[in-house]
Amino acid sequence: MIRLVGVEKKFSDQPVLQGVDLTIPVGKMTTIIGGSGSGKSVLLKHMIGLLQPDRGEVWVGDVEISRLSGARLNDVRKRFAMLFQSAALFDSLSVFENVAFPLREKLRMKGPEVMQRVEEKLKEVGLTGMGHKFPAELSGGMRKRAGLARALVMEPEIILFDEPTTGLDPLLAKSIHDLIVAMQRRFGFTAIMVSHEIPEVFGISDWVAMLRKGKIVLMATAAEFQRTTDPEIREFISVGGTVVLPNSLAE
Amino acid sequence: MTNVLGQLGAWTVHRVREMGSMWLFMLSSFAWLARPPFRFHQTMKQLHFVGYKSTFVVVLTAAFTGMVLALQGYYTLRKFGSEGLLGSAVALSMIRELGPVLAALMVTARAGSAMTAEIGIMRITEQIDALDTMAINPLQYLIAPKLVAGLIGVPLLVAIFDVVGIYGGSLVGVDLLGVSEGAYWNSILSAVEWKDVYGGILKSISFGLIVSWVCCYKGFYTRQSAEGLGRATTEAVVLSSVLILVCDYFLTSVLL
Repeated sequence: MIRLVGVEKKFSDQPVLQGVDLTIPVGKMTTIIGGSGSGKSVLLKHMIGLLQPDRGEVWVGDVEISRLSGARLNDVRKRFAMLFQSAALFDSLSVFENVAFPLREKLRMKGPEVMQRVEEKLKEVGLTGMGHKFPAELSGGMRKRAGLARALVMEPEIILFDEPTTGLDPLLAKSIHDLIVAMQRRFGFTAIMVSHEIPEVFGISDWVAMLRKGKIVLMATAAEFQRTTDPEIREFISVGGTVVLPNSLAE
Repeated sequence: MTNVLGQLGAWTVHRVREMGSMWLFMLSSFAWLARPPFRFHQTMKQLHFVGYKSTFVVVLTAAFTGMVLALQGYYTLRKFGSEGLLGSAVALSMIRELGPVLAALMVTARAGSAMTAEIGIMRITEQIDALDTMAINPLQYLIAPKLVAGLIGVPLLVAIFDVVGIYGGSLVGVDLLGVSEGAYWNSILSAVEWKDVYGGILKSISFGLIVSWVCCYKGFYTRQSAEGLGRATTEAVVLSSVLILVCDYFLTSVLL
C-alpha cells in the first residue's frame, strides 16, 4: 500500500535520507527503528506528504504523492491519521472537541451522532469522563490516549505513530503500546510506528525496518530481525538504542 | 571584501525570497477564503479578539493622545491668536494620521503579537501539521479568519480612536484651557472633509491587513524552538510597525 522508492532528502545540505527503498505491508504493524537523528520522523512525514523528497517516489496505493498538492493530496490524506510525538492536540479545544474535530470538519457530522462516536472512542482508549478537560490539564499519557482517539475516530486505513511513547515512564509506555496493538488488531488498519523502545517493539510489531545512514538496511519480521547476523544491527538492538557508558563510568 | 559582498548578496537574496514567500502566503490565504467551508464562526471569534478585546487599549490611547494634542496645539496656536482652530487641528491630525497609525500600532502590540505567538506555538507543537494530516488547509482554517478580522477590526477601532481622541481634545481644550466650545466643534465641521475621512479609512484597511498578514506569516513559519518563537514575535511586531509607518508615508503622499 505504501511504497518508497529511492527517496532522498536533505536539510541545508545535510543529507538525511539517501535513497530509501521501503514497502509497508497492508494491515500489519510495521515499526521503523534507528539511531537518534537518523531520519525516522522525516521518513514518516514523507508517507503522508508533510515533506516532499528531493528525489525519489512515494506511492500510496496507485498514487504517487511526492509532487502532489492541494485537493489531490488531501484526497490521499483522507486515508491517513497520525499520532504525533506530543499528540498535537489543539490547545483551545477540550478533549471532546479535539476528538470530534475531524468528524465535524470532514464529515460535517452534528449533534448526537458526534457525541456517540466520540464517547465510544474515549471509552476505547480509557478516557471516559475526560471529555471536558483541556490538553493542558492532562498528563502525558492521557494526551497520547486523546491523540489516539482522535486518530481512530475517522476509522482510517493507515495510522502513523511518531514515537508515541517518548517521554513516558516504562509502565505507561507499555500501556500505550498495548493500546495501539489492541486497536490495530481490532480495526485492522495499517500501522507504521517510529520508536526507540527496544526490545519492546519486537513484541508488538509484525515487521521491523531499520534506518541507518539514510537507508533501510534491513526489513524483516520481528522474529527474523532479532536473528540477524549483521554485527552493527545486533549491537544496536542489544544495546537498545541507549547511551553506552564509557568504561570508567561503567566500572 | 569578497566575503562582505558575498554576505550582502546572501542577505539580499534571503530578504527577496522572504518577501516573495510573504506575498504568496497572503494571496493563498485570500484564495482559500473564497472556497467553502466558509469559516464564519472562526472569523467572528477572531474579530472579537482583534476588535472588541483591543477596544480598551485603543480608547485609552486615543483619549490621552487627543488630550496631549490639544495641550500642545493650544499653546502653539495661541502664539498666532488662533486658539479657535484647536478643534480642526486635533480632528485633522486624528483622522488623517494619528488615528490610523496609533490604533494600528496598538493592535500590533496587543493582538498582532498574540497571533504570532498562538500560531507559532501551534507550529512548534505540530498542531498545524495535525491539520494538514486531517486534510484541513491551515491557511483556510487558521489564517484567513485572522486576515478578515484585521481588515474589519482595525478600521472600526480607528473610528473609535478618532471619536475618543477628538472628545479627549475637547476635554482639555474646552474644559481645561477655556477654548470656546462652539469654536472647537465648528472648526471641526468646517475643516474636516470627506477626503480626510476616506483617506483615514483607506489607511486603516491597509494597516489592518499589514498587522494580521505579517504577524500570521511570522507565526506560521516559526522555527522549532522557544528562541525561534520569541524571535518570531519580536520580528512580527517590529516589521508590522515599520511597514505601517512606511505605508503611511506612501499613502499620505498619494492622498494629499
